[in-house]
Amino acid sequence: MGTLLTTPVVPGTAPLRGTRGRRPLRREGRAGWLFLAPTLIVLGLFMVLPILMALWVSVSDWTGSGSPFSSRVKFVGGDNYAALLAEPGLTRQNFATSVRNNGYFVLFVVPLQTAFALFLALVLHQKKLKGRQFFRTAFYFPTVTSSVAISVVFLFLFSSTGTVNAALKLFGVDGPSWFADPRGIFHLALGDPAAPPSALAGHGFLGLSWWDWLSGPSVAMCSIIVLVVWTSTGGFMLMFYAALQNLPPSVDEAALIDGATAWQRFWRVTLPQLRPTLFLVLTLGLIGTWQVFDQVYVLSRGNPANTTLTPAYLSYSSSFIGHQWGQGAAIAFLLFLVIVAFTLVQRWALRERK
Amino acid sequence: MKKRWLGYAVLLLVAALYIYPFLIQLATAFKTDADATAHPLLPWPQQWSVSVFKTLAEQDFPRWAANSVFVSVTITVGRVVFNSLAGYALSRLRFRGRNAVFGAVLAVIAVPSVVLLIPKFLVLNQLGMYDSYAGMIIPLLVDGAGVFIMKQFFDTVPVSVEEAARIDGAGPLRTFWSVVLPMSKPALITVTILSFQGSWNELPHYIVSRQDPALNTLTSGVASLVSGELGQGNQFPLKLAAALLMTVPVAIVYFVFSRRFTQGTYEGVDK
Repeated sequence: MGTLLTTPVVPGTAPLRGTRGRRPLRREGRAGWLFLAPTLIVLGLFMVLPILMALWVSVSDWTGSGSPFSSRVKFVGGDNYAALLAEPGLTRQNFATSVRNNGYFVLFVVPLQTAFALFLALVLHQKKLKGRQFFRTAFYFPTVTSSVAISVVFLFLFSSTGTVNAALKLFGVDGPSWFADPRGIFHLALGDPAAPPSALAGHGFLGLSWWDWLSGPSVAMCSIIVLVVWTSTGGFMLMFYAALQNLPPSVDEAALIDGATAWQRFWRVTLPQLRPTLFLVLTLGLIGTWQVFDQVYVLSRGNPANTTLTPAYLSYSSSFIGHQWGQGAAIAFLLFLVIVAFTLVQRWALRERK
Repeated sequence: MKKRWLGYAVLLLVAALYIYPFLIQLATAFKTDADATAHPLLPWPQQWSVSVFKTLAEQDFPRWAANSVFVSVTITVGRVVFNSLAGYALSRLRFRGRNAVFGAVLAVIAVPSVVLLIPKFLVLNQLGMYDSYAGMIIPLLVDGAGVFIMKQFFDTVPVSVEEAARIDGAGPLRTFWSVVLPMSKPALITVTILSFQGSWNELPHYIVSRQDPALNTLTSGVASLVSGELGQGNQFPLKLAAALLMTVPVAIVYFVFSRRFTQGTYEGVDK
């Protein structure tokens, strides 16, 4: 999961060269399947088969002991999904809370990391810039480092006696105890009112009041947001940078001769040409942020007050800690649907308009 | 002139934000607990101390490191071999169903790994591979992205290089092994680095594929250490030293191959 950003899926395929027009040889066919055998066996055993098994578990009452296919395990239909989406109770409330938290996480991280990565790539693209290799290394290094190691560093930086608060003190600000503060920042912006407006507190969705839905990310979640933006910007910066290097300079020069300002050239000339890369960065960003797990596992395990709980972590903890395997699997599939839905919406929003 | 000066100032400030945490990490690893608490901003210790490294050496840390090395190296070797075999077959060998297989590989990469967290555990359990090196290694031996990178590379190799070997009667395996593979260094290096870095930094799979503390890797071991297995106190110097040590191998790989890495990683991204 943590490695998603560092192993980008390269879109588009080069056309097959030189293999057309010749009759397949039997020898090549046998060799082909032989060459593919290890890959197909591993992918089949650990990707395809698991998905089918999990689909079964998500509609069963398996509790983790024995085989999920033994006769004692019963088919319960949509019960696990209903507990998460329809039936009032703690399960539904926790799931809604995790979706809210992750929603704010995506809302903050994806635009920030994309804009920041694009900005750094544009700066590094300047031909006159000295020390380009140094800056590139500095910005990219966090991306290659283990998310566990980085999380440990941030745990120290954002601890109540840590570096960030010590720096804030220089400006006379008393920093919060970051990872222990469950207050939502939108609530804080309103002065953290004790009595929320009853119209918002009285009604809600999925067992969570509108007031809670609108809390904003908690202070603790904000630390994780900073951490992830800091870590992932470098990788995306490099994608934008590679794309910028491949743009034909003549288009930009033509705009320059026509008297376009730097700002106009960026919005009208450079950015439209970067659309494929932008699409790739946003897609990888959305897929990655909806699955945030490593940082939550190391830093907070969903605490404080469930405000850093995410569906990925909830899916893990429901199964491996709570032994509610059906529910854990159901959460994973719901998360999968969320990711697919977001990718489709984004594809539609960024489509080429003719 | 003034504008350029401002640009550099901004860039240096951002670079400082990226480097400073690592400096703090390095310094704090050599601080005492009290020093770390009292001077969290200082990127050097008031009084040097290497006691945390001794503590780590006495703990399970060497065992975790050995596991990480063993698991990552095995996975990396396996991925390089299997990815290039599969990439070659998908790029060059003609057989019925090749395009369907390629489509399936792409579809499988697109499945979010978090969806596979529980299912992988189920399969490992059913196969009796839970809590074993085999269970930690085998599921990671193949990665779709690596197959993809290798296929993309083989697509760019002109077919004529293989023709001579083929006329001489060499079979597909021989052609692949002694003609095409030696030419594929850039792609092989890219896949090697990505595989090593990916398997070294992997966390969720090592959490769900084992339970035995003796099988902890650095990622799962340090994660458990951070969540308070050492009992009272913050012990930040100890945790940061552990994090520092686990960063060293990827840092070496990164700086040694830096140029090739940053080029190879995103080759063809924008085509």
